[in-house]
Formats: sequence, structure tokens, C-alpha cells
Amino acid sequence: MGMSIVVFKIIYIAIIFGLSLFIAMYSTYAERKVAAFLQDRLGPNRAGPFGILQPLADGLKLFFKEEFIPAKSDKMLFLMGPGFFMITALMTSAVIPFGSEITLDGVSYSLQGTDLNVGLLYIFGVVSLGVYGILIGGWASNNKFSLLGAIRAASQNISYELAMGLSIIALVMMSSSLSLKSIVDQQAGWHWNVFYQPLGFIIFIICAFAETNRAPFDLPECETELVGGYHTEFSSMKLGFYLFAEYINMFISSAILATLYFGGYHFPWVSDMDSGWLKTLMEAVVLFGKIFFFIFLFMWIRWTLPRFRFDQLMNLGWKVLIPLAIVNILLTGLFILLK
Amino acid sequence: MSIIKLTDRIKVMERKPMTLMERLYFPAILKGMGITIRHFFTKKATIQYPEEKRPMSEVFRGLHVLKRDDHGAERCTACGLCALACPAEAITMTAAERNPEEKHLYREEKYAAVYEINMLRCIFCGLCEEACPKAAIFLQNDKMALASYDREDFIFGKDRLVEPFLNSKS
Repeated sequence: MGMSIVVFKIIYIAIIFGLSLFIAMYSTYAERKVAAFLQDRLGPNRAGPFGILQPLADGLKLFFKEEFIPAKSDKMLFLMGPGFFMITALMTSAVIPFGSEITLDGVSYSLQGTDLNVGLLYIFGVVSLGVYGILIGGWASNNKFSLLGAIRAASQNISYELAMGLSIIALVMMSSSLSLKSIVDQQAGWHWNVFYQPLGFIIFIICAFAETNRAPFDLPECETELVGGYHTEFSSMKLGFYLFAEYINMFISSAILATLYFGGYHFPWVSDMDSGWLKTLMEAVVLFGKIFFFIFLFMWIRWTLPRFRFDQLMNLGWKVLIPLAIVNILLTGLFILLK
Repeated sequence: MSIIKLTDRIKVMERKPMTLMERLYFPAILKGMGITIRHFFTKKATIQYPEEKRPMSEVFRGLHVLKRDDHGAERCTACGLCALACPAEAITMTAAERNPEEKHLYREEKYAAVYEINMLRCIFCGLCEEACPKAAIFLQNDKMALASYDREDFIFGKDRLVEPFLNSKS
């Protein structure tokens, strides 16, 4: 039995790993399509029906581009940067519950890489490591624009991580657990956290946008001032890794948003179903529906709002979101006391 | 000094501090998202070019064509009025007399043995078309003059100007 769990987990991790990559791959396509549709265009539609082979074509193009490493760069770190960013982006999916559990031969397995009792802290730990990928890449390029972009990314990520952490504290106070599984299970029915923590949710989603370096907070890559930002010197698939990891980050943040605030895999009539294969499948479908909605929201916002100025970004993070998050904690504490 | 107003549509900018609703930004963001999502569902103006072509204007003057008559004979009688009318002097021709056995090829006794338009000179004014008494030369409104890398390619001879012979025409 111990062996079968190991086998199941290996298969499960491989599936989640592949799925993350696949969704990130098609997010690049979706992004181009959504951008086009929001701008009254059609978007890529030449490669395959409706252009669905476009991500493959993009990938192929990146692989065939010239591999360029600046002569004065720190080669070791330069090569590590994109990989590090990619690894940290992929690691977070380990604690996200994609469904309750499935039963095979009388043994039930939970659809979660691992149910860490400090899952939320794990996510924060890994996400905060993510900035190293950018910082290492920007530093190793030996290019002052890359370094400036990387520093901007680092300061932005650190600033918004604070507000994000504070907004999560209110959530943890409500659920009194750091395990994502139990946070999800508390939200069965219509008890989604977004209804109990609307302010916390708004702070969290703004921070999620900033953490994933998505517009309107995509300051690390700013063509007008910084050439390309932290990835100016990166070419071919190393650049591809950076861009691709951003989409994985987007997928993971969407999953976390859905898990923490939108009931994860719970949906009223799905949670009432009899447990079994169908229920598990429906749970995964529900969760992915929510995730896809958030991915769409990320894109929708990107093509609606213009980029912030850096001082505006810092003002928003430190002078608005952090105080608001603290107020949110106090309000939540008050409600818990009075209840 | 008074300001001279050209229109009454001047909007005076008000620089008053933003209200709380404005400072929250969320109403404005949601409004903006509403606008973009409306565009998501609008019909796209894109024309899929190689497969689908935008019809040219009725009065567009494109590539020249030398027409044939109902029996497939060339209409041009090499009268030279087109060359005379051409302000850019792009048209040159050499006239020749028709042999009896060429009766089915040319409509009248005289025909253009050589007819050349220098597309580097041509300004697509359409005066040749207007000058032609035999309705032989037209500027098509669905064809552009082709691009090329060689200057020689821009001298269009009869091989490229005369309408291809259509067998279906009686």
C-alpha cells in the first residue's frame, strides 16, 4: 500500500507538471487571442485550425533563435536565472488541491501533491524565492538596464508580498488553518471566502497581479525605459523560459485565488454529489473553470489598464494596500470576537 | 485680452481634487473593463487577405489591359491617340499592316506590332483610356501593377497587356 501511494503520487505529479506546462503553453496562445479580440482583431489563426498550433510554432522559433551569452556576464548565474525562475514557478502547484480524492482498489488518494499543514506558508516561501530568478538573471547579464529591471522586480515583489501576506493573515484567522485542503473544505456550499473577506480578496488579487509581474504592474519589463528589463540580454529559449514561467505563475496564482477565495473545487451542486469518480472529475472541472476565469481576468485587465508609474506602484503598495490589509485584520478580529 | 473662440466646443479643464469615488479607482477600472469586454464580442473588421480580398473602389485605376472584341480579335488599331494623350509619355507603339491570313487576329487593317507601356513612367491617370476611340485600352480596377526588382520588368509589352484569348467567347 505504501508503494501504491508512491506510484500514484509520481503519476499525479507528472500529470500536474505536464498540465501546468500545457496550460501555460496555451495561455500564451489565449493571451494573443484575447488581446486580439479585445482590440477588434482576430489574432493568430494561420497555424492549424484557429491557430491552435501557434504555441508550437512560437516554441520552435525560440529554440532556433541564436543563443547569445554576453562576454562579460557571469555565465553560471546567467544560465541558472531562467531555470530558477521556471523551477520556482512550477514548485507551487505541489500543495494545490485539484479535487477531493479518488478511490482505486479500495484505497483513496487525495488529489493534492502533498497536504502540507503549512501549505500557505510553503506557497509564500516558494513565491518569494521566485524573485531570485529575475534578480540573478538581471545581475548576471552585466547590463545596467537589466540590473535596474531586476531591482525594480525585486522591490516590487517584496513590497507586494507584504500586503499579500497581511491580507492572508485575515483569511487564516477565519479558517484557523494553514492547510490549503482544510481551507478549501471550509468553503463547501456557498461559504466562499470572497464573501467573508471581500477587502482581503481585492488586496490579494492586486498583489497577485504585482507578484506575477502582469500589467498594470509589469514594471520589470519596460521597453520604453529599460530596453527589455531584466531579460534584455536573454535570447532564444532562455528568454522563452522567462516568458513561459510568467504564464505558469499566472496559472498558479489563478489556482491559488480560486482555492483561497472561490471555494477551490467546491461548487454548490457539485459538493452535494455522491462521492465517486464522477464527483472527483466534476470537482476538477469546477476548479479548472475557476482557474480559467481568473486567467482570462488577468488578460482582460492587462488589455484594459495602462502600466503604472513606478512611484505610483510603490505608493499603492506601501501607503494603500498595507494599511488596508492591517485594517482588514483588525476588522476580521473584531468580527471573530463578536461572533 | 480676450480669447478668440473658433468653436463653442471648447472644454475647460477642471483641476479640482478627486472625489473619494474617483480616488478608489475601482468604478473607473470596472467601467474600462466593461468597454474592453464589449469589444471582445464585436464583429471583427479583419479581412483575411490572401483568401478574401477587399473590393477596390469602382473608380480605382490599376493595371492596363488591351481588350479583344467579341470575336477575339485585338481591338487596338495602333492609331497612337493613347500615346499622344499620355502626359507621362509612357506608351510607345509600332504599327504594322495586317496580312489577309491574320484577319481573325486583328480587327482592322492596321494593328500594333509592338505596344509597350513603361510602368515606371505611367501615372495611372487613365487619359489613354479616355483617348482611345476603339475602346481597346482600359485600366482595370481589380488589378495592381506588379512589383519587381528589375527595371526591365516594368516595360509591359503586348504579352502582358493583351487580354488572354478566351475560347469560351464565341
